[in-house]
Amino acid sequence: MHPALAGIVTIIVGVGGCIGYFYFSNLFIDKILFPAKGPNISRNINRANMIRPWLFLFPALFALGLYLAYPVFATFWLSLTDRDAGGAFVGFDNYSQMMTEPKFWEAIRNNMLWLIVVPAMSTAFGLLAAQLTDRITWGNFAKSLIFMPMAISFVGASVIWKLIYDTRPEGQDQIGVLNAIWLYFGGEPQTWLTITPWNNFLLMLVLIWIQTGFAMVILSAALRGVPEDTVEAAIIDGANPFQIFFKIKIPQIMGTIVVVWTTITIVVLKVFDIVLAMTNGQWETQVLANYMYDKLFRAFDWGVGSASAMIIMLLVSPILVWNVYNARKEMR
Amino acid sequence: MDRIVGQKSALLWAVHISVILLVLVWVFPTIGLFVSSFRTSDQISSSGWWSALSTQERSVPAIRVAGDERQDGNLYVVEGELFPDTEANVTAWGTSSRRPTEFQPGDTAELKDGWRLTVSATGTYRLTSPQSVEGERLPRIFSTAASPPEFTLGNYRNVLFSSTAAAGVGQAFINTLTVAIPATVIPILVAAFAAYALAWMQFPGRALLIAAIVGLLVVPLQLALIPLLQLHNAVGIGKGYLGVWLAHTGFGLPLAIYLLRNYMVGLPRDIIESAKVDGATDFEIFVKIVLPLSFPALASFAIFQFLWTWNDLLVALVFLGTDDDTLVLTGRLVNLLGSRGGDWEILATSAFVSIVVPLMVFFAMQKYLVRGLLAGSVKGG
Repeated sequence: MHPALAGIVTIIVGVGGCIGYFYFSNLFIDKILFPAKGPNISRNINRANMIRPWLFLFPALFALGLYLAYPVFATFWLSLTDRDAGGAFVGFDNYSQMMTEPKFWEAIRNNMLWLIVVPAMSTAFGLLAAQLTDRITWGNFAKSLIFMPMAISFVGASVIWKLIYDTRPEGQDQIGVLNAIWLYFGGEPQTWLTITPWNNFLLMLVLIWIQTGFAMVILSAALRGVPEDTVEAAIIDGANPFQIFFKIKIPQIMGTIVVVWTTITIVVLKVFDIVLAMTNGQWETQVLANYMYDKLFRAFDWGVGSASAMIIMLLVSPILVWNVYNARKEMR
Repeated sequence: MDRIVGQKSALLWAVHISVILLVLVWVFPTIGLFVSSFRTSDQISSSGWWSALSTQERSVPAIRVAGDERQDGNLYVVEGELFPDTEANVTAWGTSSRRPTEFQPGDTAELKDGWRLTVSATGTYRLTSPQSVEGERLPRIFSTAASPPEFTLGNYRNVLFSSTAAAGVGQAFINTLTVAIPATVIPILVAAFAAYALAWMQFPGRALLIAAIVGLLVVPLQLALIPLLQLHNAVGIGKGYLGVWLAHTGFGLPLAIYLLRNYMVGLPRDIIESAKVDGATDFEIFVKIVLPLSFPALASFAIFQFLWTWNDLLVALVFLGTDDDTLVLTGRLVNLLGSRGGDWEILATSAFVSIVVPLMVFFAMQKYLVRGLLAGSVKGG
């Protein structure tokens, strides 16, 4: 069967199956299991209402459990076993093996750099863009152009930026903007992506370019939510625009800034496509997610691959706990 | 209030200029790709895209004089053209690699054995000799050519429809659509029912479930790759579209449930309670009231999921594989970056093909995208 046709069939089966499941399971408990009639009518209605939420939730919980919760434990188990030894339990051998690899430490070091630079720069640029565009008439148009890279895939963005970093031999016209500018100021053509450690920052630039729009949209909504009277009071007290921005507005949107920061942090921890497409971890640009992909699908070393995946999980955990804590606080 | 207005206008021009600069910096990279995708490979590799509209000057590699000899009076003549296929003007030429710009167009160069060579501005050359040049090594011409700006749709034709190695982009486009659409549609309904239960039904453990979903939102899908691949192999799905659809569905559910629940909680309580009083069941309330009212949230999620599945590389590589006939656009691009790293006409065009659909979705549905982002992040904190 042609894949596109299979896709249409899957949509029909998937959606139809869902509707069918929800409709008939409701029908079943209402009419057959606990019919709302006869001598036990009120008991039946109560019981039906106790079961119904789980009917509604079941497909989602099943999929979540199978596709997200179970793999966390399965990966942890894989990280403690050795595939070559037939899946024998080896304790923390994979972890200690990983710790001896210089590539792993390179990935950790680069990831830390990414974690500091990308969220900071994206949030800063986003804040700047939000504050500036809110004050002009064509702000919404400007916003949608800055926001646009959000729609572009990491791989597509990598191609776009690789053109910017492109290098031609000396004597030829440079077709990469960066080298063209560099030459204009009297430099010699550089192969930018091979220069450590600066190549890391050139890769980060791609993600900053993508994530700034996200930060801008959210921070701009937060800035609009700052109560007008606090700003007016500051103006009456003689505050200048910079003081208003840094001392009045920023403190009031601090909560949102933290949310933006943590959201981008999670994106950074999972970043893989950009490094794969631009350098594939060569020239000391390896990051954890690409290291893991290398181990899993090029070296087929599932033990160490899973161990590095667990490291990513470990790094995400504080944010996970923080988010859950906040969500629970908000629900109360 | 005068002072406020005064302050604003004093700063306003600075704001305008800063925003213009910011926007230019942000748009510039994408425009570079867009412009490059319409340029010929000669022009891309000889000059930056920002000079695409000006006349291109480039040094042409040496071309050896060739052609049939004919006799003209007591001279032997060989005539030919430097650029038979393209429109270009010679601005300078020479006969040795050390002095490639020695002569102006129309000049005559005196060579050995009484040979005389003339190159005209249009690129035609004429070599004359007092004796036959049959079997001789004829001179080479080094030239600098200026060609007018040239734009072409040929790159798109080549990338989408030709059967060379550069192709496969057309196939990859269809593959990507095949992955993205079911992976967008299927999670919506599953998530909507669950979100309704979490928003409007009372049962023990509800708060715990919501917290669990918030937690699952950030679980890296990297952890899921191997266990799920094993699972898919064990149940006989293997690598294929079904596996990708299921994986994307699973990975998209936390966000879907979270977004939809946040939206549904905000729906007016009176409507739902009066429907209950009138004897409507939860199923009817959901289908007839909540689902239609939640359309904006459904749209937000659908856009997110579509952009995410369209742009995804990792899930497709792992669950669909890297065969030529199932490769998605992002995977194809990564391959091209490896094998055709210098062929910018192919790379730029393929990349633009891959980003044009998400860009259209983005500009058409931006309102819902922003709404979804705000619901997902601001409330989440």
